[in-house]
Amino acid sequence: MKEKLIDLVGITKSYGDNIVLDDLNLYIRENEFLTLLGPSGCGKTTTLRIIGGFETPDKGAVLSNGRDITKLPPNKRQLNTVFQKYALFPHMNIAENIAFGLKIKNKSKSYINDKIKYALKLVNLDGFEKRMPDSLSGGQQQRIAIARAIVNEPKVLLLDEPLGALDLKLRQDMQYELIRLKNELGITFIYVTHDQEEALTMSDTIVVMNQGYIQQIGSPESIYNEPENAFVADFIGDSNIIPSTMIRDELVNILGVQFACVDKGFGTNKPVDVVIRPEDVELVAPENGTLEGTVTHLIFKGVHYEMEVSAGGFEWLVHSTLMHPVGEKVGIRVDPFNIQIMNKPASEDEEAIGIDEQ
Amino acid sequence: MNNKKKYLSTPYVFWAVSFIIIPLCMIFYYGLTDKTGAFTLENIGAMLSPEHSKALLLSLGLSFLSTVICLLLAYPLAMILHGMNVNQHSFIVFIFILPMWMNFLLRTLAWQTLLEKTGVINSVLAFLHLPALNIINTPSAIVLGMVYNFLPFMVLPIYNVLGKIDINVINAARDLGANGIQTFFKIIFPLSLPGVISGITMVFVPALTTFVISNLLGGSKILLIGNVIEQEFTQASNWHLGSGLSIVLMVFIVINMILSSIFDKDGEGSML
Amino acid sequence: MKLLKRFYIILIFIFLYAPIAALMVLSFNESKTRSKWGGFTWKWYLSLMDDSIIKQALKNTLLLALLSALIATLIGTVAAISIHSMKRRSRNILLGITNIPMLNAEIVTGISLMLLFITLNMRLGFTTVLLSHITFNIPYVILSVMPRLKQLNPNTYEAALDLGASPLYAFFKVIFPDILPGVCSGFLMAFTMSLDDFIITHFTKGPGFDTLSTKIYTQVRKGIKPEMYALSTIIFVTVLILLLLVNFTTNRINPADDKRQKKQTAET
Repeated sequence: MKEKLIDLVGITKSYGDNIVLDDLNLYIRENEFLTLLGPSGCGKTTTLRIIGGFETPDKGAVLSNGRDITKLPPNKRQLNTVFQKYALFPHMNIAENIAFGLKIKNKSKSYINDKIKYALKLVNLDGFEKRMPDSLSGGQQQRIAIARAIVNEPKVLLLDEPLGALDLKLRQDMQYELIRLKNELGITFIYVTHDQEEALTMSDTIVVMNQGYIQQIGSPESIYNEPENAFVADFIGDSNIIPSTMIRDELVNILGVQFACVDKGFGTNKPVDVVIRPEDVELVAPENGTLEGTVTHLIFKGVHYEMEVSAGGFEWLVHSTLMHPVGEKVGIRVDPFNIQIMNKPASEDEEAIGIDEQ
Repeated sequence: MNNKKKYLSTPYVFWAVSFIIIPLCMIFYYGLTDKTGAFTLENIGAMLSPEHSKALLLSLGLSFLSTVICLLLAYPLAMILHGMNVNQHSFIVFIFILPMWMNFLLRTLAWQTLLEKTGVINSVLAFLHLPALNIINTPSAIVLGMVYNFLPFMVLPIYNVLGKIDINVINAARDLGANGIQTFFKIIFPLSLPGVISGITMVFVPALTTFVISNLLGGSKILLIGNVIEQEFTQASNWHLGSGLSIVLMVFIVINMILSSIFDKDGEGSML
Repeated sequence: MKLLKRFYIILIFIFLYAPIAALMVLSFNESKTRSKWGGFTWKWYLSLMDDSIIKQALKNTLLLALLSALIATLIGTVAAISIHSMKRRSRNILLGITNIPMLNAEIVTGISLMLLFITLNMRLGFTTVLLSHITFNIPYVILSVMPRLKQLNPNTYEAALDLGASPLYAFFKVIFPDILPGVCSGFLMAFTMSLDDFIITHFTKGPGFDTLSTKIYTQVRKGIKPEMYALSTIIFVTVLILLLLVNFTTNRINPADDKRQKKQTAET
């Protein structure tokens, strides 16, 4: 177990009546790629700004290696930030931008020049020293912003939706670039995004947040495969979320039909939510399925077909490489292992799903 | 559609040519001719006469001084106003525009009342056991009048340009280790230069060319170049000489305008 | 530190508003000389009512400000729209010319216009002053409308055309409402500038015609009539109340807006 590099203890922050973070506890280990994921207004950016020192929490403490840094101004913290809209200094050329932090630290000229060369090579922009920021494309500016931060050799790099302004292709390239950088440099990344795909691709650990609360912390696989509640299931990928009843261990009643599953410990005859990923719904001949239904919609998505099947009074979302035309009668079957049981949300707050805010 | 829109500016182009361009040409015509209409450089050369050059140097000195004072007063003020995070940009503008609704001559004259030997200011100073201020009818009073009248033209552009600086750029500087002072000198001040330059232009030109402030606060003994030109037109009726001196004055104005357009390409430092 | 900042702001405000306060006090001064306080009186306000010279100057000033601001707003707004749609080169040339009256010294502008009017054999008076005021007002209108035009989404106008609106209808329904705040502030700016102007009026007015400014200037040697103090106090207080009302009511209407703004600034 690596040590806790950053530790947030009981952080609460509100603007006026608007509570943005409520008693948030979170730690980040050394050399981890941690992503704060959630819809806008979930408090992820505020969390990042508190770590960076741009906001002070109303309550709680920020610890770095056990030392309380809650009140430390940003310029005294050993971490650097890559801002959402790059925030390059518009009146300085690229070399001056990158050298900024090193000059403040009174590094020697030759050291600074070496670092600039090294950083530009690292982000694949050799020879850009004399260019001005506004002559660069968005992706290039973003890479300069990263270079400007990493030459200071921070322990932690904070990234606030750094790829948000880029187009899809560039975003994907940059994702690989970031993973490479992280592995090469061995520094801890704290990454904020509302893009679930981005989070799943890059992270070691994902923290799903909503309305100031942490909904789930875990590896990308566990977040995707074992969402703990309907919010997480709905926010990460497409899913069928069906209110059901747990009859007993390893048996669940979904839409009036009994399905075998692998989950235990939910009690008997207890209302639960069931999550089934669309790619886990198998369409078979009507007589071979657990449930019988009719295909109502069909869209070709490239890699797979997306279908909607009306069965048991529920519109099932199904992804399959096999095509079933609209109107065809089909049977639905689900592998017991692919049925994920979740407790019903305990509070109103958790139930409120804010995805539409985007 | 855009082709049609272009013609919409015809009235304005006509207006600008008639009332901006042609009048300026008239000044050059009068300035470069004598009473008989013959070409001469005498009117421009007249600036070198001891009496005129003295007035010009005094004007340059006083306007330079008041521009510096305005800048020193306005920059911290703009910073404070910006830092107060008043969402109402218009309110700040309002406070500085409001005095203009009291006649500018009266406001300037009021300083006479305030500065008099037994005036309000000296009463306050006496009450605080401080030495009395006897600057009425001196160049100092003229500088005070200039600073008073033109301070808003320095504050507003700086205030506006500060508001346009991306807060994340400042955050980035802090994030990279710069303390407050370093952030100011390396980031905030360089980025606010368009406003500063625009403010300098807006203060320096009217201060250099004023004849009213010197007339009201300097008594009739102190002549600035503005006074000289005004007298040529209204009393001496020597338009040729007045125009010639104006041309020299315009050289300084043009230098100022060129400087401001170099530093403020995008018109970022505008007042409004 | 916070106290120091407060103190500094207050000091500057005293500096800006002290002369105004002094003038207001003088308007209630029984004694006719500026330097002596002779007791409180309303009499200058009363005699103001009978002072036909001041009343005529006031009438001239207001009429001039209103007319010049209106005409300048009309010409300026149309010009701004046209300039906005121009190619870079011609736009820069025209904007450069527009900047001349703003950046040039007022005395030079005044003299140049006077020379023009005299060469054209025009009698110096109301008309020449009006033409001059329109000239220096137009740039203020153009410069307050231009930023609004820049903020416009060009697609909305095209969308209106696409939906079948005529260009004129589309302009008044789509563009005009968006630039209206700029037009209004341009008008107010122009009105204020015209009202406060002395120098350019001084050179273009000719004998027999006076605005408040020029009247005051001629009175400087003989001594300002206290009625002038009374009048400017009335004007100032009226404007102050009007502007405060406008400010107050717009605040009342949009408290939600304000709140949202605050939240945004807090988030960034």
